[in-house]
Amino acid sequence: MTLSRRRFLTRSAAIGCSAAASPLLTPVSFASAPWDTRLVVIILRGGVDALDMLQPYGDPNYAGLRTKLAGGPDRGGLDLDGFHALHPGLQPLMPLWQRGELGFVQAVSTPYRNRRSHFDGQDLLEAGSAGLGEVRDGWLNRMLQQMGGVESRTAFAIGQGEMKLLHGGAPVSDWAPDAALVLSPQAKLLAEQMMMGDPMFHDALAEALELSQDGTMGLADDADDMLEMTMPLPSRGKSHRKIAEFAAERLRGETRVAAFSINGWDTHSRQAAGLKAGFGRLSDTILTLRDGVGDAIWGKTAVLAMTEFGRTVRENGTGGTDHGTGGAMLLSGGAIRGGRIYGRWPGLTEADLFDRRDLMPTADVRAQAAWIMRGLIGIDRSQLEQVVFPGLDMGADPGLLL
Amino acid sequence: MFSPALAEIRFGCGLSPDLPAKNSVEEILQRLAGPDHMGETYPIDDFDSLLPRAVEYTRLRRERRRAQGSDAYDDLDDQTKSVRAKARTDRARWFGQIILRHGQTSDGFRERLALFWGDHFTAQGKGGLLQLMGAPYVDSAIRPHLSGNFADLLISAVTHPLMLHYLDQGRSIGPDSRSAQKSRRPKGLNENLAREVMELHTLGVGGPYSQQDVRQLAELFTGLSYSAKRGFQFRPNLAEPGAETILGNQYGGDPAQLEPIHAVLRDLAVHPATADHIARKLVVHFVEDTPDPALADHVASRFRDTGGDLAQVYAALLEHPAAWVPELRNVKPPLDFITSACRALAVHPQKLNRSAPKTLNKGLMTPLIMMGQPWERANGPDGWPEQDAAWITPQGLAARIRWAMLAPRQLVTRLPPPEQFVETSLGDFADGRVRFAARAAETQAEAIGLVLSSPAFQRR
Repeated sequence: MTLSRRRFLTRSAAIGCSAAASPLLTPVSFASAPWDTRLVVIILRGGVDALDMLQPYGDPNYAGLRTKLAGGPDRGGLDLDGFHALHPGLQPLMPLWQRGELGFVQAVSTPYRNRRSHFDGQDLLEAGSAGLGEVRDGWLNRMLQQMGGVESRTAFAIGQGEMKLLHGGAPVSDWAPDAALVLSPQAKLLAEQMMMGDPMFHDALAEALELSQDGTMGLADDADDMLEMTMPLPSRGKSHRKIAEFAAERLRGETRVAAFSINGWDTHSRQAAGLKAGFGRLSDTILTLRDGVGDAIWGKTAVLAMTEFGRTVRENGTGGTDHGTGGAMLLSGGAIRGGRIYGRWPGLTEADLFDRRDLMPTADVRAQAAWIMRGLIGIDRSQLEQVVFPGLDMGADPGLLL
Repeated sequence: MFSPALAEIRFGCGLSPDLPAKNSVEEILQRLAGPDHMGETYPIDDFDSLLPRAVEYTRLRRERRRAQGSDAYDDLDDQTKSVRAKARTDRARWFGQIILRHGQTSDGFRERLALFWGDHFTAQGKGGLLQLMGAPYVDSAIRPHLSGNFADLLISAVTHPLMLHYLDQGRSIGPDSRSAQKSRRPKGLNENLAREVMELHTLGVGGPYSQQDVRQLAELFTGLSYSAKRGFQFRPNLAEPGAETILGNQYGGDPAQLEPIHAVLRDLAVHPATADHIARKLVVHFVEDTPDPALADHVASRFRDTGGDLAQVYAALLEHPAAWVPELRNVKPPLDFITSACRALAVHPQKLNRSAPKTLNKGLMTPLIMMGQPWERANGPDGWPEQDAAWITPQGLAARIRWAMLAPRQLVTRLPPPEQFVETSLGDFADGRVRFAARAAETQAEAIGLVLSSPAFQRR
């Protein structure tokens, strides 16, 4: 049977009018999610400088190590606890600190030592194993595998970069706001009709079109808007905000876990400018998330921002720092017990340092994530220590959650 | 049943409006047995020939680091950046060569095999210019062995400097080796390569090997190394003394030599479990995610009977009726989607050759990232997923459709008439829905975009 174009359009319009009622166009299931709290994991790729995020101005050795990159309250840092000052780029988050919705863990790391490669460091951070090449999936996916009732929209990997920590057997959705599909009404109808006979394509298209309506992008009203759709390229500038808006929108619904990256922390030179911009994006991201989910959901949300390693305690000759070991972790959300800095401070004398150059890690970054998942999602300690982070000893509860 | 269009779509690079499809399985195999015309016409640099530049880059970076804060810094910074820029330009050019090989070939099965084995033996640089040398690795280590003996392919890939680097073999030192005894720094075995050789490259996960076999193979592998200047090196100083037992057979002894390492790889290459693993992987890759067991068995038994003669193995695959189920069941991965689209559009070589690296990046390489397959950046040594569902996600499909709607206008001077394009790009696989979409679209670009987005074009 061949359809005339006019007849096709008439039929399509009819489908369009009843879109809300059509099972074909509403593939999203609104089954109740397996738990109610929200977990957001942000990977800060490149290696954040812990000593500039949390400037340990109370340590007598700090000033001598950082002259061009000097911090502390006299240099614009925001005093947190009489020992650490917050980098001024994170100032927008100070109200959260005051309300107990922002905290930090200082001097943490993965088990990765001595090699200091971004590639391996990020692989290990996301694998969650003790060594490289031991597992093929990511720790956040293994957490989902332990939980019943996980559906494809329970967890979202957001943004155009790979999120290996969500790779694995449990279903996970991925979406980049940059991928938004803007089609003319005619092309959209024709594409839907054309894919009708192939459920995998048809379902993915329906979801893509629905997800494309979220955030700031909308469907084109007329064919002229087609010209505005660009090649599928990551957008510059405010893409972190679009990602946070999208994440918030999902988290208001059935999504319980969201993960994405913020890049640009590899500050070998001109660290002052690099971190100002980076912390600006991080602040923006967290505030956009909080505003986006609203008070009630923010109250049961924990945000973990982690990085593959810290940087050298000494600044280098180009106003920057090089790859190191111990780093810092940022926590936010209404579910965390903020307003304080966790972790044992290792000190900065030559003998205190790792390999005489890096901040000595005093705790495993995986143990912090494990305790948060223990309290937030209720997963068993044995599953965390054996499956999610194989071989991890979580140690004593640091009390990161309310 | 064999059909020329199905052969091009399933076992080749897709239909072309200019190049005729092959008329028989024999013709496909004859082409593969003949000279590598595309490799000659669209060459990619030899891996070892690029080593001096990589060494130079490392040296410049070291000097730049030392010059921090001094007057010499800016000059060294410029030099470092210019070497890197040149290397990036080359990488974009190699990417263009691959698109052209797929677009211009009459020997498409060879290109498909190069991608298949390049993925089977995934290796990536983890720093410096090695990160940009994936294509030269595939062309140097894998492409010459596509239809030879599997053992030769295995040895070539596993002992290649990029593989030794990627899976940390260069750092694996026998605990009782001469090198370990002389040095006080902590040194030890690294099992990474040994494990992946058994799990991924030969026997397969769940194959008949134990942790003890992995450990012994790692000990036997000590000495496999490379130098940044000269490429592959066997370094007896790193080798663990004594013989090793792997799968019940003894290899090596003193003095340490390369030959026993080749011997164990040759034995692993013809192991029955390897035959099953490789046969299944080929069938899944070329035919469908859950293949007919009879087809996999047929290919595996040919592998066993011929000791891994790959030309014979491919013949077994292509001669079996189950390889020719008429329904298109697999989905093209993003790279294959883009290359087959360029072929269907008959993108002119000069158009790509004249493109600036930036244009290639924006028009072809970055869209691949959005589709979920950044070129030469698979997630791990196990390469890209075979399951179709890994690719047809909302994000992946959205990126494919956007590319299909927008890229063709930039790739060809004049878009083909849509109703003709349906036939030349899909052949017998054009269905009423696609034909209608091509006819009913409001613009030519949308029509072409819809045809390229259709399941009939996305599948093979």
